[in-house]
Amino acid sequence: MAIRRTPFHEFHKEAGARLIDFGGWEMPVQYKGILEEHHGCRNAVGLFDVSHMGEVRFRGPKALDAVQHLITNDLSKAAFGQAQYTAMCNDHGGIVDDLICYRIGPEEILICVNAANRDKDYNWMKSHNPFGVDISNESDFWAQIALQGRHAEAIFKKLTDAPLPGTYRFTQGAVAGVEGCIIAGTGYTGEAGYELFLPAGAADILWNAVQSAGAEFGLVNVGLGARDTLRLEMKYSLYGNDITDDTTPLEAGLGWVTKLDKGDFIGREPLVAQKAAGIPRRLVGLEIEGRIARPHSAVLSEGQPVGEVTSGGLSPSTKKNIALAYVPDALAKVGTRLEVDVRGKTAAAVVSKTPFYTRPY
Amino acid sequence: MSYPKDLHYTKDHEWIRVEGDIGVVGITHHAQDALGDIVHVELPAVGKKVSKGGTAAEVESVKAVSDVYSPLTGTVVEVNGDLDGNESTVNSDPHGGGWLFKIKIEKQDELAGLMDAEAYTAFEAK
Repeated sequence: MAIRRTPFHEFHKEAGARLIDFGGWEMPVQYKGILEEHHGCRNAVGLFDVSHMGEVRFRGPKALDAVQHLITNDLSKAAFGQAQYTAMCNDHGGIVDDLICYRIGPEEILICVNAANRDKDYNWMKSHNPFGVDISNESDFWAQIALQGRHAEAIFKKLTDAPLPGTYRFTQGAVAGVEGCIIAGTGYTGEAGYELFLPAGAADILWNAVQSAGAEFGLVNVGLGARDTLRLEMKYSLYGNDITDDTTPLEAGLGWVTKLDKGDFIGREPLVAQKAAGIPRRLVGLEIEGRIARPHSAVLSEGQPVGEVTSGGLSPSTKKNIALAYVPDALAKVGTRLEVDVRGKTAAAVVSKTPFYTRPY
Repeated sequence: MSYPKDLHYTKDHEWIRVEGDIGVVGITHHAQDALGDIVHVELPAVGKKVSKGGTAAEVESVKAVSDVYSPLTGTVVEVNGDLDGNESTVNSDPHGGGWLFKIKIEKQDELAGLMDAEAYTAFEAK
């Protein structure tokens, strides 16, 4: 398949972005530098093009039932105008994807899916639709930007009269004169901020408006490189690295979005069984001395391999070498001393509290 | 970018400055630019024997780790301790303060296999 570009592609080129292939998408990995962009988001405000994410809409009287059948969280607990993070599991309790569900109304739910899983998720949803609700893939209709950081609210106030949503709430309205936008109080950085769904045809208007409104606040464009360091500091899972078809939400630390008593859903039985038998391994945060672990680095205990790093890097905010890794349940307690094999050299590691970073405001 | 004329360059984007029988080694502007923000360097032990083209050090950016190969055969006599905590010097001054290690050169004739500034400028632009 030909590489896909977002409607913001020309802006990225103009801004001097370095572009890479990310799951079939030509995306900016950095503009000025990953560290500068990371700190810019933490200390001021960052703008991300996340148009590669997909959007699927469920419609019909049974829309809620259809989604409840697919996801691990209990969406009936979300009010209209509320968003909810969840996993979607396969028959073995492995994670098909992690999602955010936007409960628009009694018969309407919008779901945001990961870029690399757009087609996989849509096909999975369509083929597990016993209630026969209308499921439409709107991914090509929407563009999406994230504005993250302490000044995000002030920038949005300049761009819209719509009431700005609180955390995990959303509102619909006009932004910079563009009708039909969805403003969500969500993000992937640990900062305050918003994710904005906008009609792809209005991408130019929105990009320019956000740049102008953000200039006085030190707005920086942020690429996928810093998006990864920002989310890693928060222990937010990256699909394909930390969570996959072969990891369960219970193992991945997503028990808080896995409501085993909400009624039946795909993957419930194996998850109930896993919980009863004891969760064999857990995704933990590690701090590593002196070396930077990368995905697939082996985790050792007393010299014996016990697990594997799924994400790792330098935390620009804490200056520590941090990682996420699956380790046996018995070795998952905060403070447990382990080692990590980094390209043949053993480095000391300790299971640490997560998130690794907490925002100061 | 104009590359310093007193350095010799490898196809793997290292440079070496020869001062008598001592060679100072670093990575080129092109290499640091391709790597992005450098956050860690793993330097060899003093006394380590290195061969031309053999792995001698590692430089790590936020996104990736990269081996640094020795441009010539020799023995490591000094490493750049100033980089500890100031790894970004490799980005800001790759041909100067961002040097990585020094070797006592064993085979001066290996120099003939390296590029001069003019040849490297053409090579890295490809």
